This record gives sequence, structure tokens and C-alpha cells, in this order.
Amino acid sequence: MTDWQDHLIVVPVVLPLIAAASMLLLKEQRYGLKALISLCTLIALVGVAYALLHEAAVGGPAGDDTARIYNLGAWAAPFGITLVADRLSTLMLALTATLAAGGLMFSYARWDRAGPRFHALYLLLVMGVNGAVLTGDLFNLFVFFEVMLAASYGLLLHGSGEKRVRAGLGYVAINLTASLFFLIGVSLIYGVTGALNMADIASKVATIPDHDRALFHIGCAILGVAFLVKAAAWPLGFWLPGAYAAASAPVAAVFAILSKVGVYVILRLATLLFGADAGASAGFGNTWLLAAGAATVVFGAAGMVAARRLEGAAGYAVMVSSGTVLAIAGTAVPDAVGGALFYMAASTLAAGALFLIAEILARGEDVAASPEDAVFDDEYDDPFAADDVQEVGRVLPASTAFLGGAFILAALVTVSLPPLAGFAGKLSIFVALLSGDGALSPASWTLVGVLTLSSFAALIALTRFGVAGFWREDAVAPKVRSPEFLAIGGLVLCCLWLSAGAAAGLTYAEKTGEWLASPRAYISAVLGDAE
Amino acid sequence: MELVLALGIGVLTAAGVWLLLRPRTFQVIIGLSLLGYAVNLFIFAMGRLRAGAPPVLKGEGPVDPAAYADPVPQALVLTAIVISFALTALFLVVLLTSRGITGSDHIDGREPGE
Repeated sequence: MTDWQDHLIVVPVVLPLIAAASMLLLKEQRYGLKALISLCTLIALVGVAYALLHEAAVGGPAGDDTARIYNLGAWAAPFGITLVADRLSTLMLALTATLAAGGLMFSYARWDRAGPRFHALYLLLVMGVNGAVLTGDLFNLFVFFEVMLAASYGLLLHGSGEKRVRAGLGYVAINLTASLFFLIGVSLIYGVTGALNMADIASKVATIPDHDRALFHIGCAILGVAFLVKAAAWPLGFWLPGAYAAASAPVAAVFAILSKVGVYVILRLATLLFGADAGASAGFGNTWLLAAGAATVVFGAAGMVAARRLEGAAGYAVMVSSGTVLAIAGTAVPDAVGGALFYMAASTLAAGALFLIAEILARGEDVAASPEDAVFDDEYDDPFAADDVQEVGRVLPASTAFLGGAFILAALVTVSLPPLAGFAGKLSIFVALLSGDGALSPASWTLVGVLTLSSFAALIALTRFGVAGFWREDAVAPKVRSPEFLAIGGLVLCCLWLSAGAAAGLTYAEKTGEWLASPRAYISAVLGDAE
Repeated sequence: MELVLALGIGVLTAAGVWLLLRPRTFQVIIGLSLLGYAVNLFIFAMGRLRAGAPPVLKGEGPVDPAAYADPVPQALVLTAIVISFALTALFLVVLLTSRGITGSDHIDGREPGE
């Protein structure tokens, strides 16, 4: 623990926390300095996330999979809180950092000054997500979840206005209720196993006495409900499209990762607690995940076709991509899980880009509330009037061509048409589902059918928005500022980069699927070889 | 003691769920608070009910774990209380803002029939 690189894993949690805390010392008018601090923080986070991702991809000295372990306060597992950076966690870290950097860059054009303390909340949200994907302790997961949610409540209300406050009221109530389910689930699991460390629980699952096993399953099911609400699985996800469409564009873009955190936790716990080694509990809940995931995909696809506005359709696209990963997690086919993870990475970036494009197309309709509307006047120290520059950056020429091109690429990824990354992910899901042991089962065929139909529905919906948004006769070229250009271009370039490197990306994702399918390596990495 | 605690949790949960489903924002927030209390008691019960057993070890020498209560759920309850307190306060702010902007304390932001 003397090498500084050993501490690399806490940087994604500690760095945004320190940066956000220091911003509270600066007054609201110094947004330039705050913007600089958060930009530097996110650049550092992207660097750290990709360093950890590279390490997980290269693997250990023998070329095998590794999980980087960090015991907070040097308390050994299972007594202390452990941070674990394995293949799945680092993938989520890199995705979060990339998407958050895009959203932040977009906000520089004007949104970061539409309300108080945007940068601090934004960094706290990133910290919560990073912590939730890194931690190996169930209760610590709850704490990071709440950090993430508390920041998201503030961010959803950013910009104020009646629409956001109404959406925020429902969003906060739903998530507070889900948090109570989380607590009930965690305490039931603790009551049965006497453990909170995920690896410790996993090592005890097979030896739970039979009369306690039902209680353990109830605890896990209640815990699962909390994450299914967060992942917006049908029928627990009706809150998502309205809330995401009401949020300001950069916030909606970074919210695309929030529902993926719910998906991540379900994938992590399902593979860890109910893997092949779990004895009588093996495979618990897989059928439910499969059914809920497929229903979510159908609901999301129908919602995309029915949506009247692009940001609404993008919200449903987030649901479709969550549902796809949930359903695949229910099949428990390792290669399909790999493909689904790759698809998730690509579709999350594309959904973020769609939210940003939607804001530019609808420009002028959605303004931040004016200070006169404010209820608490100390909150609105007139962020727009305090500075002489209303918007940052030069207006770029050929904005219609740029926006149209970015829209086509983001839509291609969302629809999963070749040659982009979404197609590669979905293709490898299909190949894995239709080969191997469980091939040709009714469940596999149904899932393949549902996923194909969802692509078709997305194609119809996004074509309609493309025609209505770009091929208008009365169209005035939208003004795209340079930060917005960088943000949208960056996210779309990341999609292209994923597509170009699809071979390496898919290899990584499929190895992640195999790593998840054999949780023994994870357990022995966390608990040490004493087990 | 188990019966009293179970009844208490049950009554709090029932009242909380009923209030949570009511149309006024103030009822919703009281419902969430009651549910939060029920959940906190539930977490506490998961450490098994023990009367007169301290959770903190004292002194040196050999320790008999059976003489002590489980400290972990108590620590969890403390954390859960702090978090739910903070988030309830935050919800209260959203509620007041909604009341101020829409002029109605209905959860839809407008009176039924309007």
C-alpha cells in the first residue's frame, strides 16, 4: 500500500468529492472558475477510468482476469468496506466519465448558469455513480446510491420552471420509496447471512439453512425491486420518460447512466449471489428478470413510436437499452451478457447524444425560468443577469449538416443498424442466444423477436423525428455553439470509436460476461485466499 | 416484545402506505416519514431483539459475544436515519416550490376538475 498507483481506485470517488466541496466556498458569480475546476476534474476522471479499464483489459501478469481490491482504512474484508475494480466496474467507470464529460461540455454553452450550484451537484452525481459501481459492500452501495439520487434531485430541478418542479415531485417520491425497499432488502439479507460484504454473502449463500432460504430470497427480491425501479423496468419505470424529458439537456444526458447503475447492480448481484455455485439458490429470479426485461423492451419500443418529442423518444430509448440488458441477464448466457454490455455502452452514449441534439432542435421553446418566478429568492441570485455574456462560444457554420450527421449516427447506434456499434452488440447477443445449450428454446426465440421488433420500432420513430426535425421547408439553421459542437461531436465520435474497435470491445465485453459467470474468482479476490 | 415491535412496524407501514397514496403533497411526505420509521425499526429488529445487552465491547480480556447485542444494525439505522432526514428535508423544499409555482398542493400541480 505504499505505491501511489494502489490508490488509483479511490480517485473516482475522492476527486469529485473534493472538487464539489471546494466549489461551495466560491460564490455563485465565479462560474468561470467553477467551470474550469469541474472540467479539470472530469478530464482527470476520464484518464483514471481509462487507466483502470486498460488494466482490467490487459489482466494479471499471467494474462488472467484481475480484480483490483482496495480496503478502505486498511480494514480487511469482510469487516471493512472494500472497493473492487473488476472488468464490469471499470467498464461502468469509463462509460460514466465519458458521458459526464459530454454533458458537462454541453452545459458550458449556457445551461450551467441557469441555476445555482450546477457544477457541485454535477460532480456529486458523478461521485455517487462511481462509488456505486466500485463498492463491494451492500450498505455502502446504499450510501452511494443516496448520494447519487440526492444530487440527481437537485439536477432535475436545475433551471426551475413548473414542468421540472412537477416532474421532480414525482421523481423524488418514487426514488425515496425505492430507497426504503433497498433498506428492507439489505437488512433482511443481513438478518439471514450476517454479512454485508457482497463477496462474503456470496460465499455463504450455498450454506444458508433451508428454513432461512425463503427469507433470503424475499430479501433479495425486495432489494431487486429497488434496483428495477431505478433501472426503469416495466412496470416500475413509468416515471422515467417524463422525468428525463423535463430535465435540462445536459442533465438528461448524464441521467442516461443513472438507470444503467440499477442494471449494473442487478447484473452484479444476480451473477454473484445466484451463480452456479449458489446451491439451492442458483438461478433465482432469472425468469423474472427475463420477463421484466422483455416487457420493458416492448413498452419502451411502443413508447418511442408514440413519443411526440425527440427527448421523450430518447427517454424511451434508455428504457429499451436497460430492458435489453436485464432480459439478457435473465438468460444467464455469458456470451450474450458480453454482447449486451457492449450494446449498453454504445446505446447509452447514443441516448446521451440524442438528448443533446433534441435540445438544440427545440431551442427557444425551453427556457430556464426567469428569476422573477423564483420561490426562494436567495436561490436565484440572477445567474443570467450577473454576467454580460449570455452564451459562451462561437456560432459555427454548417450547423444543420453537423447536427443532421450526428443525429443519423446516434440514431443508427440506437436502432442497432450496421455498420455501427449497436449492431455489433445486438448481433453477438443473437449469435450467443441461438447457439450453445439453451439454443432454440422458446425463451431465446421470443427474446430475439422482441429485440428485433424494438429495433424496427426505433427505426420508425427516429426516422420520423429526423424528417420532422431536419427536412422542414421553414427550417432556420439552428445555432450550435462551440461547446455544444464539442459535446455532441465527442459523444458521436465515441460511438464511432466503439464501432471501429468493435473487435477489441466485444472481446473485452465477452470476457466480462465469462468473468461474471464464474464469481469464485471475484470472491477469492475480495476475501483473500484464506477462504 | 417481538409482538409489540411487529405491531408497531405494521401500523406505521399501513399508515405510511395509505398516506403515500393520498393526493396532497403534505400527506405524501408524512407517509414517507412514517414508512421511514417503520423501515428503521425493521432494520433494528434484524439484529435480533435483546434487552440489556450493550452493543460496544468494554475492557480487555476474553469477550463472550453472546453477552452483547449486534452493533451493525444499530450503525445501519443511524446512517439510514440521517439520510432519510436529509432527503425528507429536500423533498419538503420541492413540495414548497411546487406549492409556490403552481398554487396548489395537489401532487399533479392542479386541483382535480380544473
